[in-house]
Amino acid sequence: MASGVDHAIQPPPAMIEQATAVADWVLVWPVALPLIGAAALLMFRRQTAFQAPLAFMVLFALLVNAWILVDRVASDGPIAMTMGKWVPPFGISFTADLLSALLSGVAILVSIIVLAYAQGEVEPRDTRYGYHPLLLLLLAGVNGAFLTADIFNLYVWFEVMLIASFGLFILGGRKTQLDGAVKYGFINFLATTFFLIGIAYIYGLTGTLNMADIALRAGEIEFGPRITVTIIFVIAFAIKAAAFPLNSWLAASYHTPNASVSALFAGLLTKVGVYALIRILYVLLPATWSQTETLIAVIAGVTLVVAPLGAIAETNLRRALGFILVGGIGAMLAGLALSDPILNLPRGIFGATFYAIHSMLTMTALYLVAGLVERNTGELDTRRMGGIYETNSWLSILFLVLILAISGLPPFLGFWPKLVLIQAGVESTQYWLVAALLINAFLTTIAGSRLWAHIFWRSGHEGTGSETLNDRLHPLAGKAVSWGLVPVTVLTAIIFALGLYPAPLFDLGQGAAVDIITPDRYIDAVGLSPAEGGAP
Amino acid sequence: MLPASDLSMFLVPLAPFLVAIVAPWAVRFVGGHSGWLLGLVPAAMFIQLLALVPTIADGNTFSVAQVWVASATPAPINFSLYFDGLSLTFGLLISGIGTFIVIYSGGYLAGHRHQGRFMAFMLMFMGSMMGLVLADSIITLFVFWELTAVTSFLLIGFDHRRQAARRGAIQALVITGGGGLAMLAGLIILAYTAGTWDISQMLSQPGKVQAAAVYPIIFLLVLAGAFTKSAQVPFHFWLPNAMEAPTPVSAYLHSATMVKAGVYLLARMHPVLGGTTLWSLVLPVFGGATLLTGAIMALRHTDMKQMLAYTTMGTLGMLVMLLGVGSKLAITAAMVFLIAHSFYKGALFMVAGTIDHATGTREITQLSGLRGKMPITFAAAALAAFSMAGLPFALGYFAKEEIYLLLDPAYSGAGAGPWMNTAIVMVAFLGNALMLAAGAAIAIKPFFGPLAKTPLAPHEGALALVGGSLILGVLGFGVGFYIAEFGDIFLSPAVTAVAGVSAAVKLETFKLVWLPALLSLATWILGAVFFIYLDRIRTFLRRVAKVWSWGPDQGFDQAMGGLIRFSALFTRVFHHGKLDLYITLIFSAFAAAILLPMAALNLWPAMPHWPQLSFYEWGIMAIAVVGLAAVILGSSRLVAIVSLGIQGFAVAIIFMLFGAPDLAFTQFMVETLSVVILALVMTRLHLDQHDNRMFERVVRDGAVALACGFAVTAFLFVVLQTELDSRLSEFFALNSSPLAHGKNIVNVILVDFRALDTLGEIAVVMTAGIAILALIRMRAGGRKTGVGAIKKTAQSTRKPGPVKRGTRLKSAERTG
Repeated sequence: MASGVDHAIQPPPAMIEQATAVADWVLVWPVALPLIGAAALLMFRRQTAFQAPLAFMVLFALLVNAWILVDRVASDGPIAMTMGKWVPPFGISFTADLLSALLSGVAILVSIIVLAYAQGEVEPRDTRYGYHPLLLLLLAGVNGAFLTADIFNLYVWFEVMLIASFGLFILGGRKTQLDGAVKYGFINFLATTFFLIGIAYIYGLTGTLNMADIALRAGEIEFGPRITVTIIFVIAFAIKAAAFPLNSWLAASYHTPNASVSALFAGLLTKVGVYALIRILYVLLPATWSQTETLIAVIAGVTLVVAPLGAIAETNLRRALGFILVGGIGAMLAGLALSDPILNLPRGIFGATFYAIHSMLTMTALYLVAGLVERNTGELDTRRMGGIYETNSWLSILFLVLILAISGLPPFLGFWPKLVLIQAGVESTQYWLVAALLINAFLTTIAGSRLWAHIFWRSGHEGTGSETLNDRLHPLAGKAVSWGLVPVTVLTAIIFALGLYPAPLFDLGQGAAVDIITPDRYIDAVGLSPAEGGAP
Repeated sequence: MLPASDLSMFLVPLAPFLVAIVAPWAVRFVGGHSGWLLGLVPAAMFIQLLALVPTIADGNTFSVAQVWVASATPAPINFSLYFDGLSLTFGLLISGIGTFIVIYSGGYLAGHRHQGRFMAFMLMFMGSMMGLVLADSIITLFVFWELTAVTSFLLIGFDHRRQAARRGAIQALVITGGGGLAMLAGLIILAYTAGTWDISQMLSQPGKVQAAAVYPIIFLLVLAGAFTKSAQVPFHFWLPNAMEAPTPVSAYLHSATMVKAGVYLLARMHPVLGGTTLWSLVLPVFGGATLLTGAIMALRHTDMKQMLAYTTMGTLGMLVMLLGVGSKLAITAAMVFLIAHSFYKGALFMVAGTIDHATGTREITQLSGLRGKMPITFAAAALAAFSMAGLPFALGYFAKEEIYLLLDPAYSGAGAGPWMNTAIVMVAFLGNALMLAAGAAIAIKPFFGPLAKTPLAPHEGALALVGGSLILGVLGFGVGFYIAEFGDIFLSPAVTAVAGVSAAVKLETFKLVWLPALLSLATWILGAVFFIYLDRIRTFLRRVAKVWSWGPDQGFDQAMGGLIRFSALFTRVFHHGKLDLYITLIFSAFAAAILLPMAALNLWPAMPHWPQLSFYEWGIMAIAVVGLAAVILGSSRLVAIVSLGIQGFAVAIIFMLFGAPDLAFTQFMVETLSVVILALVMTRLHLDQHDNRMFERVVRDGAVALACGFAVTAFLFVVLQTELDSRLSEFFALNSSPLAHGKNIVNVILVDFRALDTLGEIAVVMTAGIAILALIRMRAGGRKTGVGAIKKTAQSTRKPGPVKRGTRLKSAERTG
């Protein structure tokens, strides 16, 4: 109440006087542009020919914007902007630090590739029922979640994401899709509700919703409530991120929609959960770190070890990929556990960031390739696949590169985050988590090589004679090449190039991690500073 | 000091990769002659390295480096190469033998439908192997190390239609990949201990790592990589199975180069990790076991490739054993033996492939009398076998002499004690005799005796097939006459590199030291005895194998099968697909997340004081409770839905009574719509009208629900019992009218202070609209979805739920 009295005596400035520089708009375009785009596409929803070009235009503009944003944040530090010119913490702030900017940029890149791929997959009917606006809305939600500095606003973007992804899930209307969508929708809806409950508690405890402000005030919360509210957030985002044992929704749903949709989800959604966890645990509530660390470490370790088991057992290709994806979540959480905001060890966060970027790119590409494999073989089950190695060498190369990348074998992209994570484990002497990372890589290699052997090397269905070639293959041609193989090849080329020359990602990722561990610059950018006790 | 520019040095390991990209087209254009064309690549690499020989022979070493990741810790990661006696020796072997192998592959696979990719894989492997041995930074080394695993995976599985080939490939990848992962951890710890990624810098600070506390961990992890790669017992079993690969692959990867990568790593790391008790105990024990296992198993088989594979394994054991001794003499012996083995084993594999190609079989029991039909092949085999048997003055002879010299204290110098040396020489002696018998079987059985009938009519191989093996055979024999020069130019720098101290190797062609000479004689005699009784020995070994059938190879299958079955079971248990169980789990986790910390920290709220409410407020509360009770006890689902509405209305009235009319009206709307829509949907759903859960399920679900409700409420009391900081409400109250020009604060919050939230919520409503439209129309569009689709529609209509929740909280800001 004391600060309230101060306000009454000496009212602080309520609004920011100076005009927002046009250059600062880079911060809002990643949300505003797709929202506007989606609205426009919805208005012209019957003009199906008009949908894809406009969506592409929006996404390319966003990509340019993301480039500028990352560049600015990398050189000048975090930048912030408060909506409606209300002084923070009263208005809603957007803030981009390097982690936000990077993840948002990669999300946009992934969306472009998926959109291109979708042109060869999505039926005209799905276009009429809003494939393109839904994709843009999903991206708006994802970008909003990455960029907002207001915890309730973060919840709003989670909702946008959830409902847009639900819409994408059901396009196509197959019964399995609906089944998957219900499981996905229900469980994620619960997670979002838990998150909301956590927000209510944190508002009750700190009286503020601005993340920078919470970060400044979190130290004043009593220990007990602080740790409890932290764990509520951990549970909510562990569900979102699909960490074991709360990951069942992912395996039950991600293989059901169109390949382009599941690729988009695999690339974007779980990573938002991990991002939110990083934000909350490190920026907002770092003081509880020593207690939550063990919890995160256990979740990470178990997820790393058990998730690839699913990939070994599973015969549905995209379901198997889902388990590999979950294993990657374990790696990112391991990165969280291996950092320490108190001892100022940022390497784990760096590893998690690096892994998240790798996972966004590689998992998307893998799901897209899986879609091509399904079209090539006409099957969803690996037991009935086979013979692609003989007939489609290009598809074989793509799959091999990607599966090696996700297994973390050098010189492919996945190796570098694994290297960083192991380094982080060695530095913080948490050797058992290092062991879990290695076991994960080992099991993923087994799963990956088995998938490769069954889908590509084996000449036909399981059990068929070795010399009979699979005669049920449908050669990929026409659209499946120009709007299928080509976008995947572009994405794989990016992954491949980043694997050969990871130095830029090292620089950016390390910068991002430092700002997470010591969020002073983030808080500064929002316009709050510790000296003034939070209120400007 | 640099004899050539950096760039051209980098090309040595990288050129094969670049050429591999175009190799399939090269094969398409020149067909069977592609071997000669692509062979130019390793030949050029060989010449490039040969030009360095004078520099290195003078005792110089140098690195070339390009910064790869500048910002890495504990030091920048370089893409760097290091040239010294060891790396150059390996580099020359890889490129030299590689040249013959590429040429050989051109002939061996001429006309094969996948020859193009085969050549590409082969070249990529060659580049990987070259990068591995030339690498300076251990990250560079590891990258190439794993690339050899990947390329060999592709090569072993080249004959991909056969299940055995696929199994061999996966097995090799799993074993060597697993070892590689352990090694990666070891190398990273090593880098932190040494403070650098570069081997050249580690070499300049001897003793540092051995003295560190983490040394045993580093040692064991690196050893795991080396032992799996170099097929040491008990990881040896993948090597014989890798013989599923086409013969050029076996000749190159599984005898001359890749399997020696582990030996290379141990040799490379000897100055950094060697010289400890651990080192000189573990290496000889495993090496010796591998040597004997390999040598004995070789006699059990009749397939030439299997026999060669097992003798290769024995050789690897011998090399590891010698490196374990670590004395200058032992290292010299290891280096001579390594070079000799590469020559003769490469030649013998190519001979086996040529015979297979010409006759259609590799079974030595089916082959005989070929010397007339295949004279050049016979000559190559004989020369190689001379070296393998260690007959004077072949290269293998000197290797054996050096090993046996370990017995002589005048030569053995420091290192292991006399007992250890004696034991090692005895093991080496027995192993040599056994391998001699196997070598003799391969070189003599197929060529002597009457001509046997074979699947194909035997004929001499083409130049591409026999040329390489003949040259390697001649080399292995001829070098012996120039052994002094060979020692000066190649062995001295190599031994210096491995020993970590300057070492001059002095070998003489005609020098007789009695003790080793007698042992050599004994080896020949014993080997001859084994050869004469080979059939009996084989019969005996096979009988043993029948009784004692379990081995690590079966163990691998059992482990993989077990892993797959366990995975399937695990996945069935945790991913059963039942939504209600998933949700039960999630709610339980949520309740635990709140209750456990509260219990652990004794964080229970103080009992709130009894509220002073008027009678109508009590009345409303009572209605809410009655509504809730009706939900739980309601006989049908429809009653439950309506009762839920009663409870909701009661809550809305409470909102109104406590001064939040906006909130109350929102709540009225939500409740009305929910009840109406749910009731409508219910009439179309063909669900059971009644709740048919088992009693236990009802108890379980009820317990979880109560736990969640109790947890949320209890923690809410805790939060409410702390003092609320009302800055936000005060700010909104203060500025709503003067600055935002709105009298209704809730409205101003929604459309001005926190307008962005509202924008987001509008987007949610819009999206929900699209989704519902799609659901309804698509179902109407004629897909056969039946009951399920309607059920899903019902759930999707509840999607806008969160929208109202959002507004609820915002209004709560004012009331709170």
